[in-house]
Parts: sequence; C-alpha cells; structure tokens
Amino acid sequence: MSEKTTAEKTAKKARAAAPEAAASVASPAGPKAASPASPVRLDVRKTYKLYIGGAFPRSESGRSYQVTAPDGTFLANAALASRKDARDAVGKARGVFSGWSGATAYLRGQILYRIAEMLEGRRAQFAAEVGSVEGLSEAKAAAQVDAAIDRWVWYAGWTDKIGQIRSAANPVAGPFWNVSSPEPTGVVALFAPERPALLGLVSVLAPAIAAGNTAVLVAPDSAALPAVTLAEVLATSDLPGGVVNILTGSSAELGKPLAEHMDVDALDLAGIADAGFATSLEQMAAENLKRVLRPSSAPADWSEAPGTARLTAFLETKTVWHPVGA
Amino acid sequence: MPPPVDYCGCVTSTLPAATQPHSNYGLSGVTSSDAALRRFLLGLPGVDKVGLEARSARLGTRSIKTTAKAAGIDLAIRMIDLTTLEGADTAGKVRSLCAKARRPDPGDPACPSTAAVCVYPDMVAVAKEELKGTGIHVASVATAFPSGRSSLKVKLADTRFAVEAGADEVDMVIDRGAFLSGRFQDVFDEITAVKGACGDAHLKVILETGELATYDNVRRASWLAMLAGADFIKTSTGKVSPAATLPVTLLMLEAVRDYTGQTGRKVGMKPAGGIRTSKDALKYLVTVNETLGDGWLSPDWFRFGASSLLNDLLMQRQKLATGRYSGPDYVTVD
Amino acid sequence: MEGERELGIFDYAPAPESRAIVDIKPSYELFIGGEFVPATGGAFKSVNPATGEALAEIAEASAPDVDRAVAAARQAYESVWSRTPGTERAKYLFRIARIIQERARELAVLESIDNGKPIRETRDVDVPLVAAHFFHYAGWADKLEFAGYGPNPRALGVAAQVIPWNFPLLMLAWKIAPALACGNTVVLKPAETTPLTALLFAEICQQAELPAGVVNIVTGAGETGAALVAHPGVDKVAFTGSTAVGRQIARTVAGSDKKLTLELGGKAANIVFDDAPIDQAVEGIIDSIFFNQGQVCCAGSRLLVQESIQDELLDALRRRMGTLRLGDPLDKNTDIGAINSAEQLARITELTAAGEAEGAERWSPPCELPVNGFWFAPTIFTNVSATHRIAREEIFGPVLSVLTFRTPDEAIAKANNTPYGLSAGVWTEKGSRILSMARRLRAGVVWANTFNKFDPTSPFGGYKESGYGREGGLHGLEAYLDV
Repeated sequence: MSEKTTAEKTAKKARAAAPEAAASVASPAGPKAASPASPVRLDVRKTYKLYIGGAFPRSESGRSYQVTAPDGTFLANAALASRKDARDAVGKARGVFSGWSGATAYLRGQILYRIAEMLEGRRAQFAAEVGSVEGLSEAKAAAQVDAAIDRWVWYAGWTDKIGQIRSAANPVAGPFWNVSSPEPTGVVALFAPERPALLGLVSVLAPAIAAGNTAVLVAPDSAALPAVTLAEVLATSDLPGGVVNILTGSSAELGKPLAEHMDVDALDLAGIADAGFATSLEQMAAENLKRVLRPSSAPADWSEAPGTARLTAFLETKTVWHPVGA
Repeated sequence: MPPPVDYCGCVTSTLPAATQPHSNYGLSGVTSSDAALRRFLLGLPGVDKVGLEARSARLGTRSIKTTAKAAGIDLAIRMIDLTTLEGADTAGKVRSLCAKARRPDPGDPACPSTAAVCVYPDMVAVAKEELKGTGIHVASVATAFPSGRSSLKVKLADTRFAVEAGADEVDMVIDRGAFLSGRFQDVFDEITAVKGACGDAHLKVILETGELATYDNVRRASWLAMLAGADFIKTSTGKVSPAATLPVTLLMLEAVRDYTGQTGRKVGMKPAGGIRTSKDALKYLVTVNETLGDGWLSPDWFRFGASSLLNDLLMQRQKLATGRYSGPDYVTVD
Repeated sequence: MEGERELGIFDYAPAPESRAIVDIKPSYELFIGGEFVPATGGAFKSVNPATGEALAEIAEASAPDVDRAVAAARQAYESVWSRTPGTERAKYLFRIARIIQERARELAVLESIDNGKPIRETRDVDVPLVAAHFFHYAGWADKLEFAGYGPNPRALGVAAQVIPWNFPLLMLAWKIAPALACGNTVVLKPAETTPLTALLFAEICQQAELPAGVVNIVTGAGETGAALVAHPGVDKVAFTGSTAVGRQIARTVAGSDKKLTLELGGKAANIVFDDAPIDQAVEGIIDSIFFNQGQVCCAGSRLLVQESIQDELLDALRRRMGTLRLGDPLDKNTDIGAINSAEQLARITELTAAGEAEGAERWSPPCELPVNGFWFAPTIFTNVSATHRIAREEIFGPVLSVLTFRTPDEAIAKANNTPYGLSAGVWTEKGSRILSMARRLRAGVVWANTFNKFDPTSPFGGYKESGYGREGGLHGLEAYLDV
C-alpha cells in the first residue's frame, strides 16, 4: 500500500536528518538495518518554499530559518517570508478574488472536496510531519490529521449552504421585494496558530475560502512544515492559483505589513498570542476599517466544533429592494 | 437498428413566408429623423443575456462528424477572409498571404481557396496584383481602422483610397463613441456616406461588439447598420478583446433574419477575431444553419475574419483524409 | 429512409453515442439488505421505447418481498445508520456523488436507452444534476443543527419512496439523497418502465460500501408500490407521480403516523408579455414543452401570450420548431426522443385528437416518425379555449396549448384557473412586473425569463393538487426530519 511506503520514506528521512530523534518518530515499517554489503539509501529532502499565486517561490529576501523538533533536532530550513512577499501575496489574492467569489458555490464546494481527497492521500505524510514538529506519538499525530481532513470536508459542504441560512426575504412594509444575502468580503489575511500544526491551519483557512474570499495565510514558525505540504495539496486540487497564498515565517514580522495593507479587507488574528501585539494590529487595521477577528482570550480548543462564526466573519450582507407592480 | 434522425421540418434556403411582417409600420419612416430612429432602435426587443448564451452553448453541442464535418471544413475554408492587419505589414508579407489564400495546402490542389484576403488600404494594390484572375476578393479595412477616431473627411478619403486601389470589399468601423453617447443619427449618416464612397465595392460594417458591451447595444447597432445600407455586418476589428463570440454572432444573425424578413433585403454576416480552431468554425456554421438556413451557408453571405484558423482547418482536413493527427510542419507559415 | 437522401452540407451526419459502455444484463433481481436477491413474485420486461426491443427481465416484488425490504431498512436504521454520525453519513454520500461522476457516461447512456430521452439531455442535464444532488445533501448530513429545525433534529426512520419514469435517476436522487443525509434508510420503487438506472445505482451503493440495508430497491408496478406505501413498518412516504395516484396514497396514509410528501401533476401557464425578449422567450417555450418530450410535471403546457404579439411570437415559434431533430435518442444531435411507453403515447394521442375534435387548430412541423418504438411529433394547438380538455388536463407529451390574454390581471386569472399549482413562467423585460406576477401566481415554482431550471439548492414542489412538500435546498430537509 502506498500509505506504508510514504510513511516509511518520511520516517527514513527523519532518521537520516536526526538519528537521535528516531525514537520519537516511530517508523511503522521498523528500522532498516544497513548490512555491510548494501549502503543506506539517502533521501531526497523536500525544500520548503512559499506558495504565492499558485507557484512556489523562495522568499524575495533570500532568507530562511531553521525549523526544529521540540527536542532541538533540526528538521528543515523554511523560507522566511518578508513584507514584500506579503505585498506580492496580497496582489495575487486580489487579482483572483472576482473569479473565485464569482464562481458558483457548487464549483467551490467541488474544489474544496477535491482538496480533502488530496489531503486524505497524504495522510501518512502529514502525520509524520505533524508528529515530528510537535513531538507527538504516531496515534496522536494521526488523530490530528484525521480531524483536520474531516474539518475540511465539513467546510466543503458549507459553500452552497451558508448563503441559504444567512439569507432572508424581508417583509418590508411596502410594495417591495426585499432580499438580504451574504457576499464574500474580499482578501483576508489569516494568522494561523502554531499549534495544532495542521488543524490550526485548516481551521482558519477552510472557512475563509469556503465563503468565497481569497486568502493570505501566515503559517508561523514550525507550522511551516505542514503548511507547505498543505500548499502542495492546494496546488494539485484544481484550486486557482492565488486563491490561497501561504507565507511561512514570523507573525511578529508579517503582522504590521498585512494589518496596515490598504487592499486587505479582513484579518484573523487567531495565531497572535501576545495580547498587546494583537491590539496594536487591530488599531492598524482600523485605517481602512478591516473586519478583525480577535484571538480568543482563553486558550483555544481547536478540536471543538467550530460553528459558523468563521464563515460569517468574512461575509458582507447585501440587501436589494425592487418594487412589485404591474 | 437505431431509428433514423430527421429534422422536424427543414431549414430552407429562403426564409419561410411566416416571417413576413405583420405589423404595419413601414421601415422607411424609421430613418426619417433622429427621434424616429432613436425610438425605433430603443423599441427593439431586449436580449436576455443568460438565455442568449444558453441557446448559443446548446448549439455548440451539435456533433458534426464524418461527411458533415468534411463538408463543413471545406466550406469554412471557402468562407475565410484571410487577414493581415499589422503595422509591420510589407508587400512581401501580403504576397505570401495571397499565395496562401490561393493555394492553402500545397500538398493538395483540391483544397479550396479562401473567399478573400483582408488588408490595410495601402496594401490593396499589392494584393490585387497577386490575386489577378483568381476570383479571390480583396477586402480593405477603412475609416481610421481600428479605432474610428477621426473626421468624416479623413474616413471618406481612406475609403476612396482603398476603392481606387481596387478593393472589392470595404470593412469600415462605426463610431463607437457616437453610438455610446446616443448619437445614432451621426452613426447612421457616416455609414451612408461611406457606402456612397464605396461605389461598386461591398460594404461590411464593423460594430466592434466588445466595445458596445451589452447585447442590447449589439442588436441596436446591427439594425442601425443594416438600415444604413450595410451589405454585411461584422462583429469586430480583432484588435479589441473580446472579439467574435458565438453568442454575439447568434444575436447578429437573428438581427439579420429579422431585418431580411421585414425588408426582403438579404444582408451577410462576418464574425472576426478569436476564431482559431476548426471546432469553433463548425460551431459558427451550425449557428448559421439553425438561425438562417442553407441560404446563408455560402461565402456570399457569411465570412470568417481569421488568420490562424486556416491552418487548423487544413490540419483537420488532413486528419479526415488520412486518419492521422497532423502537425504544424505539414501546413505552411505564411 | 436515411440512406436514400443526399446529405446536404448540414444534414448532420449520424453521431451516435456508443452503447458499448453499458452492460445490460438479461435479468435483474431486487436489491435488499445490500445484495441482489430473487423476488418471490413474477417478472416483467423493460423495453427500449425508441425501438420496442426488450432490454431485460425485471423482478416483480410481491408483498412478502416488500416486507423483507422494509425489514432490512428497519434493521439497518436501528443497528447501523441511526448510530452513524453525520460526518460519516456525509462521507458515504460524497463517495456516491463521486462515483456517479466517474460513471456519468454509462449512466447517461443507460438512462437514454431505458427512458427514450435524448443522450444530450441525460448527459448534460439529468446525470450532472444527480451528482449535484448527492453532493449538496452530503454536506447537510453533518450540519442539521444549523438548518433551523432545532439543535438536534432526528430522522424519521424508514422512508418508502415511489418515483416516476420521466426522470428516473434524477427522481431517485431527489428522494434518496436528502433521506440518507437526514439519517433515514429507504426502500425505493422505481417506475416499471424505467428500472435500469436504479439497479445500476444499487451497484454504486455497493461500490461506495454503503452499509447493507440503508438503500433497498424493489422493482415492480402499481401493486408493489401500493404494498410499499401501505406497509406499517414505514415512517415516511414520498411519492412523485400522477395526481390520481397521489390522492390514493393520501387516503391510504390517513390516520396513520406516516409523514407524507407528494409531487404530482401540473398544467403550468407560461406567460409571455409584449415586451418579452422574443428570441429568448421562444427558446424558453421550446424548453418548457419539448424538453424531455414534454413529459415533465412542471412543463409549460399552456402558453399564455399577450394578444398583441401573438402572431409574431407564433411565427417565430413555428420557425424554431422546424429546426428540432427527432429520432434515435443515442444520437448526439437528437432534440426529441421517444415517448416512454405505449400507454403514454396512447394518452397523448387521445388528448390531441380531443383537441382537434373540440375545435382547436393543430400544427406540427413536417416530421417523419420512425416506424418502431413510440413517437410523437412536437405539436402546438392554437385557438384554444379554457374549456378545452387540452387546456385543462395534463397531456404529459410534446403538445403545447396556446391561449391569449390582454392584461396582467387577465393573465393571472387564467394562469391560476386550474386545480394544479406546480409551476409557472413569466416573460417580460420589466422587473416590477416579474415580481408582481410572481407574487400573484399560485404556483410553487415561478420561472421568470427562463424555464425548467433545477438546482439541488432550489426548493421544488407544488400548490393545490400538484402536491405538498418541497424537494431541494434547506426546505427539502423538513420532509425527512422528525420536526
């Protein structure tokens, strides 16, 4: 089964990179002992780049940073996104907004479901990545990945329903037809939490794009690893380039340029742990009256059922009047 | 044995009597004044965009195979106005184009020639010389093509220049600025004047549908051009996107049908720009077939303004003849 | 005969869709408890209406067979499906939707062969809508608490579903998708003339590994259907079909605990005003009465045209009818396929003869009908009065009755003057008139400047004798929840 082979390869990579950490990243296939006659096969390691406009560029700044496991083991060098990368990402997101928001809800649902299919196909890869980044057991990592995939499926089914539950035919006191219905807000900048590494990304990203917005997603620090694998999933799922753009690196550095950007319509500050910093970002956002989703004051339980709040946070309501007469 | 497929009735070469006008208003009164013209054009039936595009898309699902496909490809070739309208055009380029128009497929003398070549006025003489004795027409753009932004005096001089050089057909552009600001009479007068300057040459009137933007405008402009004496109405210059589309062509063919039905005068139609594949060309022919019938399925009444389309038609033609998919090395670069 | 006529430039050459993709077995059994099992009743033949050839032998479910099916559905409900979380029910439905997409061509060809409708319609309309219904309802399975029916709406239990022959697979999707999404299990009886795609759907359920007994298919005719809807082990009855049978079912379930929804007949008015976009209105009329050979409950079978434009509109309509192509349903260029059965053809023939006898003027474009199979040329009647049978009774065929009106009030009065109330159409460029007409028309679906448009999110159903309950969208959940 391909699942076992992928897990085997990923586990081998982790061992090749960090032999001491082998115990914390269990290999389902069992360690392969190298006999004196046959050399150990060296893995081809993945390069972790940004995902902007459907392509995988390195940061224009040329910088990267080290992602390590909780015990300090080196895992990978991830691209350290700059404010110019953020600027480029916003430009791409804006460029495709009218196409994505103008697509039928059915089409968006089809694409999101396809993304879930691709996520499922990489289940073992994600589990290994999440496990090594968070220092989780195989079982716990797999459980998080399953929860992330199921949450994605849940949101895929919302695209053609959120409009129905948030629309109304309003019985105004006059000979008018009057209907309110939701429309996507625009370009949203999402600051994902670092933990849980994959479930956090999915929980902030899926609702924003299911609702028809385009997104610039900041995946901070070690969340970079599953974020880039997620980007690979998006790139192979018929999702138009630019609908989602993923910047790996530092929320502290990327917060200001995105919060101040006059062509960003909304912010999700879920991943901003420092309350003072979150407040100052919200103040910057006030310049063009961005819609701001504040981080929760208590530690968030991302395994809880999310409700519709993250869908409706990035929807505007349009009310149309028309006279009724012969 | 599968049951045969038949038309319910047939689409005949002349429009059936049923389309003769029942209403009593004579079209002659319509152009008697600016106000009358305006009332007439704004009183034409509206166009539902979704409905028009759905009908057009459904026509595109017709499956044209085997004998019908072969006949369609040859007909499409014969309907092409092979076009070069570039600032960089030279006598050499135009000669090469003319040679291609005469003999599109060097490997097959049975391949038909195109209907015409289409060039800028200062290239007409070269084209005329090259095509002497072939029966292939020389069409020239005129009237400050493609923008149409100049004085009537300049536009008429442009037209006369082309006609004196020997153009058989003139493709003029309407003044879109005048149209969009509601000066219908000015647009009408300009077309009439250009028609006068054409002498014996046929006049095609380019609406530039991409700039007119709405289907309602396209219907009005189509009628305006036909009332003013257009021999052909044409979608686009090819210099603006969107150029020809199937829905806009369907709409203009419906206008031709209605105009011909009311006046008895036949007018031709030419989509131009953006038609690149045989598959598209066949969809256009289906659209003509099911809107106007056999009577318009000839180069006298329907043309394609195209350049790269010809090579795709040739490759499809080769595939039908040999059973093998062809490639760019087996058609010529002109 | 085709071979003798010289093909003109656009006498489109035959473009047949291949039959090779479908594998029609010589005989079929019932699908109960996840398996194909023999019936204890007899068998009957399913026929290709375009040629008259027998396609396969179909099992006829007897009362004991219906018992077994209901028991299997009950068992599956109690021990499996009612304990399956919404997220997992959703995934089964997503799988089914995907398999439908994967086998789309096979389903479309099979539907055309069994029903007689053109491949262009099954390929472009029926099968895509089927997949879309399963996709849409898959997404509701785990979101019922947001649908406005309370925090924890529960399923009803076992649903008995009886569907007609005009859109066999689509009617199956309209029934099964919401039922399963809401947590019910089903026993479905397809129409006796069109069982094949339902039986292929049973195979798809197996491919999707749907738990045994969640979907059961019992083939048969009127008796099977009657046994099913009367069965005491059933919590919910859903029926689409004729008003006459709908009445019987309503009587049958009276006084019981069974919830009932009905989607019945219609005699819809399609109203064209003098300011309508004429060419698109003509297309709309064609779609309203010749789509699916007019065998559509919501067909626009009464054209109400404003008298001032009657001649112009009818000229354009007749001209357009002359480009319709009638013949082999598997030919990709066919617009009008076969009538579904000899019985239906007889009914259409009888009613159109009545139309002529009552004094209406009949017209069809010249059309050569194939010798074998069941065929009827597209037909319009003018000079129709409201008292004519062809203005009152549902013909369910490619026959349009044309009446006129002078004012909006008169159009409304004539449109509403019927025991039916399923659908209506309005053609005008004026927005306020569209809304005013829509408000006053007593019909469950109003199409303005379009016709016969369906979507899984759009609730569909009738007023008055066209039935009650809605299928599609948020509203369509209600029928399958205990609310």
